[in-house]
Order: sequence, then C-alpha cells, then structure tokens
Amino acid sequence: MYRYDEFDERFVRERVEQFRDEVARRLDGSLTEDEFRPLRLKNGLYLQLHAYMLRIAIPYGTLSSRQLRQLALIADRYDRGYGHFTTRQNIQFNWPKLRDAPDILGLLADVEMHCIQTSGNCIRNVTADHFAGVAADEIDDPRPVCELIRQWSSAHPEFSYLPRKFKIAVTGALHDRAVVKAHDIGLRMVRDRETSAKGFEVIVGGGLGRTPFVGKVIRDFLPEDELLAYLEAIMRVYNLEGRRDNKYKARVKILVHEIGVEAFREKVEAEYARLDVASINPDPAEVERIAAYFAPPAYEKLPAQSTALDAAMKLNPAFAEWVEINGFEHKAPGYVAVTVSLKGIGEVPGDMTSDQMRHFADLTDRFSLGELRVSHNQNLILPDVKKKDLFPLWQELGKFGLATANVGLITDIIACPGLDYCSLATARSIPIAQAIATRFADPVRQRDIGPLNLNISGCINACGHHHVGHIGILGLEKRGQESYQITLGGDSSEDAAIGDVIGPGLTGDAVPGAIERLVAIYLQERREGEPFIATVKRIGQAPFKAAFQHYVEGLRDHAA
Amino acid sequence: MSAAKRPPLPVILLANDLLDGEVVFRSDKGWSRDPGEALIAFDDEAAVALEQAGQRAYANNEVVEVALVDVSLTGDGKPVPNHFRERFKVNGPTVRLDLGKQAVYGRR
Amino acid sequence: MLLDARGAKDDVWIKPDQVPQVQASHRLVLWEDWAGDSEVQARGVEIPNTLKIGDLLPILGQVELIAIRFGAFTDGRGFSLARLIRAQGYKGTLRATGPLIPDQFAYALRCGFDEVEVPDANANRQPPDVWLRAARSFSANYQRGYATGVNILDQRRLARAGR
Repeated sequence: MYRYDEFDERFVRERVEQFRDEVARRLDGSLTEDEFRPLRLKNGLYLQLHAYMLRIAIPYGTLSSRQLRQLALIADRYDRGYGHFTTRQNIQFNWPKLRDAPDILGLLADVEMHCIQTSGNCIRNVTADHFAGVAADEIDDPRPVCELIRQWSSAHPEFSYLPRKFKIAVTGALHDRAVVKAHDIGLRMVRDRETSAKGFEVIVGGGLGRTPFVGKVIRDFLPEDELLAYLEAIMRVYNLEGRRDNKYKARVKILVHEIGVEAFREKVEAEYARLDVASINPDPAEVERIAAYFAPPAYEKLPAQSTALDAAMKLNPAFAEWVEINGFEHKAPGYVAVTVSLKGIGEVPGDMTSDQMRHFADLTDRFSLGELRVSHNQNLILPDVKKKDLFPLWQELGKFGLATANVGLITDIIACPGLDYCSLATARSIPIAQAIATRFADPVRQRDIGPLNLNISGCINACGHHHVGHIGILGLEKRGQESYQITLGGDSSEDAAIGDVIGPGLTGDAVPGAIERLVAIYLQERREGEPFIATVKRIGQAPFKAAFQHYVEGLRDHAA
Repeated sequence: MSAAKRPPLPVILLANDLLDGEVVFRSDKGWSRDPGEALIAFDDEAAVALEQAGQRAYANNEVVEVALVDVSLTGDGKPVPNHFRERFKVNGPTVRLDLGKQAVYGRR
Repeated sequence: MLLDARGAKDDVWIKPDQVPQVQASHRLVLWEDWAGDSEVQARGVEIPNTLKIGDLLPILGQVELIAIRFGAFTDGRGFSLARLIRAQGYKGTLRATGPLIPDQFAYALRCGFDEVEVPDANANRQPPDVWLRAARSFSANYQRGYATGVNILDQRRLARAGR
C-alpha cells in the first residue's frame, strides 16, 4: 500500500496544526460558528445528536494492521471503545470532544491517516473496488489512480468551496463493486479497442439522495495520463455553473440533468481544450512512483486447490458455508480474498469494538500480509489469504464474533447510523436492520433466499444507499412518527438501477413482515438458480406490489 | 423567535456544549448535563427568558445548536420531549443503552 | 480592510459612491455601471462572481484592477473565475471582495488573486496577522499549475532529477 513520503508527512502534520489553530480561533470567538462549521467539516468533524462525530478517511478502503491498531487506541482513549465503518469506506467515532480533535488528528497522522475532506462541500474521500489489486476480473489496480486523486484533491485551492459535496469512485474491474454510477464522477478503467492502451470511461452526474440519478458517460475513453487535467475541467464547470440557490439542487447530477449531458460534455470539453494539460498532469515518473507502492506482493507459488482446505470443509459444514459465502476468487492461485462480515445477527451493521480491531489487526498480520480493506457494504476484507490458512483464520475470527457467514445475503444489511446518532436523520435505521436480520437469522433460509441486497437509510440523503438496494428501506417522519418506505428493484452493480416505491409507509415493527412477503413472492416465482433481483426484473413489480398491498390491508384490519 | 415560531408550552432549552459536544440543558444553575435539572417554561415569559439565555450563551461561544423543545411531564414532574428526535437526544442511542445520558441519568 | 500577501495595505481605489469626483485612474466601477456606460474611463471594475469570462474579455486590456465579489465565503465561484481571468493573460491586480475568512487566503492567492478586501466587522475579529499566519499553514501543495507556492509533485521531480 501507499506510504507517505516527507512531503505527504509534512502536509498532514501541517493540516493538524492548521485545525488546532482553527479550533483555538473558534473558542476565542474570532471564528463564528458559521465560519467554523465548514472548516471542521472538512476535517471530518460533525456535530451530531449526542456529541461530535469524527469521520476518518480510509482512502480507497485500504488499511494496514498498524493503522487499525491505532484506530482501536483512539476508540479507547478518546471515544467509547468502538467505531463505525461507513458506506463510503470511512470509519466514524461517535463521541469525540472538540477539544480533543486536534490530538486525535495527530495520532492519525502518526500512522499516515487523516480526516481531510471526509465532509463538507469539497471533493470527498475517493472510493474504489474493495477487491482492488486481487480481483481476477480486473484490468488494473485502481488504487494508484485513487491515490493520485487523493493528493490532487487535498486542500485544492479552487475546489474547496463547491456548491455541494463531490464524490469520486474508481473501479478497475469488469464487475462494478464500487457503485461508480452512483457517484458525482465514476471512473471505469477500460482499454482502447484498437491500441489496448489503458484509460477511463468517465461517468458524471450519478448520485443518490433526494433526487437519485444513474450517472451518464461523458467520455468513452480518456487516456489515463490525462486524468487530472480532465477532472480539473469537470470541476471548474461544476464550480462555476452548479446551482447554489438550493442545496437540494446543488449536486452536479442536477446540473447535468438540467442542461443535459450533451451540453455538459460540450462545456467540459471546451474547458479541457483550453487547458495546458502538461502543466497540470503529473509526470510519468510520479505516476510510476505511486504505482510501485501497489505492486502485487510476492505471492507464494501455491497449488490452486488446497487439500487442507478441502478436508476442513468436509469435516465442518459451518466452515464450508462461510468459505463459500464469504470467499472471493483471488487472481493468484492458492489464495482467496475473504470478506469478514460486520453484520452479526442483531449487531449494529458496521460497528466494531476496539478489542475486535486489535484482534483483527493481529489476524491481518498473521494471515493477510498486514493489509485489510474496508468495503462500502460496511464489511472488512482480508485480501491475501492462503486457502490452506482459511480454517485457522475462521476459528480465530469466531472467537471475536467475526465469523458470520452472510456476505451478500439478506442479513448483510447496509444501514446508516440513522436517528440513533445522526442529527440529519428523520428516523432510525439500525433497529430496523437488527429486526430484519433477526427475522431472517436462520442460515439455511438465508442461503435458500440467496443474494439479496437490503439497504436502509434513515433519511432522504441516502447514506444507506436504499435507492440501489434490491430492497431499499427509507426512514421518514410521518405525523410525528417514524415511518418506513420500501423500494424494490434497485441495483448497485454495473446494471445500476434506482428502486421504485412499492406502497405506503409502514411503522418500524411492520417492516420485517413486509420483507417476508416480498421474499415469499420471489421464492414462489423464481426459476432455477435465479437470484432475487433477476426475478424482480423478469416478472416486474406488480406481483410484489400486490403482496405488499395485501399485507398493508391486513395490518389495517388488524389495527381496526 | 416570535411566539408563533416557538414550540408549544411547556418547553425546555437544550443545546450542545461547544467544547465537548455533549447535550446540555438550561437549568437554574446555568447549563446542566442532567435532563432532570432542565428548567421548564410554562408561560411565554419564561420561554423568552430561556431563549435569551440560549442566545447569550451562543454569542458567548459556550454552546451551539440551541433549541427550545416542547415537553410533557412524567409522573414525577420531569420533562420528556414530545418529539421522538429530541427524546433520543436526551436519552442516547436506542441501540446502545449503555451510552449517552440514559446510562448516567436513566431513561425517560 | 485590504490586505495582500505582505499584510494590510491602503486602498487607492475609490468607489464612485464614496467620492463622486475622483480621478478616472482610481475609480472602481461596478460591472453593472460599466456595462451600461460607453464613457467609462475608470481603470477598476468590480464584477459579480457569476459573470461569464466571455463578457469580460473585451475590457481585460483596459483595466488595472478587477475585484470579484464574494457574496458569501462559502461561494467558491470566485476562485474559478479568477483562474479563468488569469488564464486569459490578465496581468493587472485581482482582488477578492467580501466576507472571506483567513483560512481561504492561501487558496485565493494560489488562484491568482493579489489581495483580499473584507468588511471591517470581519477584520475586527480576524486582524491581518491571523490572515498571514493562515496563509502560511502549508509549506507546499499538491496541485500543479496554480499561481503561487511550492508544488509537491514538482519537488518530487526535482528530487528524482538530483539523485
């Protein structure tokens, strides 16, 4: 993974001291709250319902065991012994104090981490495929480009006061695991058909929130060495022309929608044509310098199959299930990438205690070359595990409640913190996730249902990605009560789609029953081997809506 | 704010402490961390006094997110916010009863 | 308060509403007045941050001061507009006018501004030394192609060349 050089190190240290000075100026009144708020947000510090909240960047989801141990230390020293992994590959602490924030940033800098631009109307932490570098379906590792973008976007003099937040995601694989079409800019690595040179398909104007859009392609092929200059052109058009009269219409997706993708493309290309791109883009040696940090580790030459693994799977069905569900094909023979679920039944999705962090850091060193990944699905990944090591790994994970076999299944729920923590939320998310997971806890049943993405957001801002869940749940306030709206048919893959609302809102306690009804229709209608989302796309929404309607009427009759 | 914009009586005043972020309540001794010590305004005059105390403390860089919140009284006369959002705010996360004010001052 | 990278300075430019009869060379005219007046001989113009660069091109060679109005410090359009103006080869003074905060000073300078003019109320809370300190927060930056400051990518290149 990337390591800071002297310049990165000094930059992050100076950022810490800058924030320390800003906090001091806030406390002595020379900065008003309105002036200070954007500054603290750009350092990841929110004021939430109960306390401040600190969002720490995990750039493109790559983390080392050493960094994870430092997070555990911060959790114990300055927070309440746990952290929450988010849907943007960040981690949040829910209870820090403003007075401690500069010291926490200092501890992060000690391990080459920061909170820079994890909030605010600026270019946010860049995200990537969590299997980057190990996926078999990859053109190239997207992380060197992500690191380049991370540096380029940090404290950008021109693009730090944008109309609204700006999220960039990159994937280097054929299958989109980074939801690039739901980002302000999505970059999909492609090869030129004729020259087979590497480049990017540039997608702009995707996003969830109040007005969800699937992003649109504005460049089929951008040569990879032109990326930063092209990004500068996009950002300048957006900075100048994005709406600033209404925060709900300020994202680039609205600009693209209002003027049309053709007009947007013309503006970007006109600006790009004007630029002296050589003065903006990094020299090839710099690109190589960064890329070298992501060179594949020296994998051992192993047989593709492991007899030890096969034997252990035969003897232990629970282990075999975990391998089948949580394992992911690795490009190197004899290796596997393993997703470690942070979705234990009845647990808070994405939460991890400091003890779990330390234990997990040790396992990362022992089994995965000291590196782990954080996924936008709020799970962790050990990217480089030898197949023959899977059984002892599983046993160790089990000791700390981290061996849940549910990745991609109905209980692997994405949920934002919701109104249990978040001051923007309109309803709670976590208890709904817990209730659904508990309802579908039976492992046999979960496996029978198969792949199903269930995503929950506690407000229209959609941090829980409900729009792109196969089943989405949106918590709202209705007449002084929490109310949950259910959507169906969303898709976060390369076939990105926004789900449709299937009926009236429900109270929280009625939600698991409604999910049961939708699942029942699927089980009744599915063809051999057909996953949930495929059935929805084949038979359409009507049978699901009818079942939902029937359920809602039953609730009314029951209440009456 | 004008009376029309104030929430219905009775009300309490809550805010977050600027330095540590914790939820605090206007009490007869200044700001208290204990929701049980919140001053309860039963008439406009008392509500205005609370409001002004909040504005002064905000201007003085002591607190942020200052808000009057309408409450009902429990059997023992303690205030409980009427809206679920503020009820969570004076209690803590409903999924972690060991955290927040509920862990220190009890659930309401 | 008006200040540049060296600190507070006197403002030699005078807006017509302050002193009606002032030498043309020191008059700072609002864009709205400039656009409607072919007799304008002022050498300074204050423009809204929504102005299109194309509208400004005809007068770039005539003016010595362009002041870009920032309605709010959170409105970053002025930074991009300044970049576009500099990209057109404008060599005169570029001023940011409005309630900017010291933490934006370095950004403004790097985008091509020479000076910042903030309301007195802001200056009272945030005197010049705070602005100068804030402007020095970072000893180097990642972006290439911006006006001032040391660039990390170029420094790395130099280091490579020196090896």
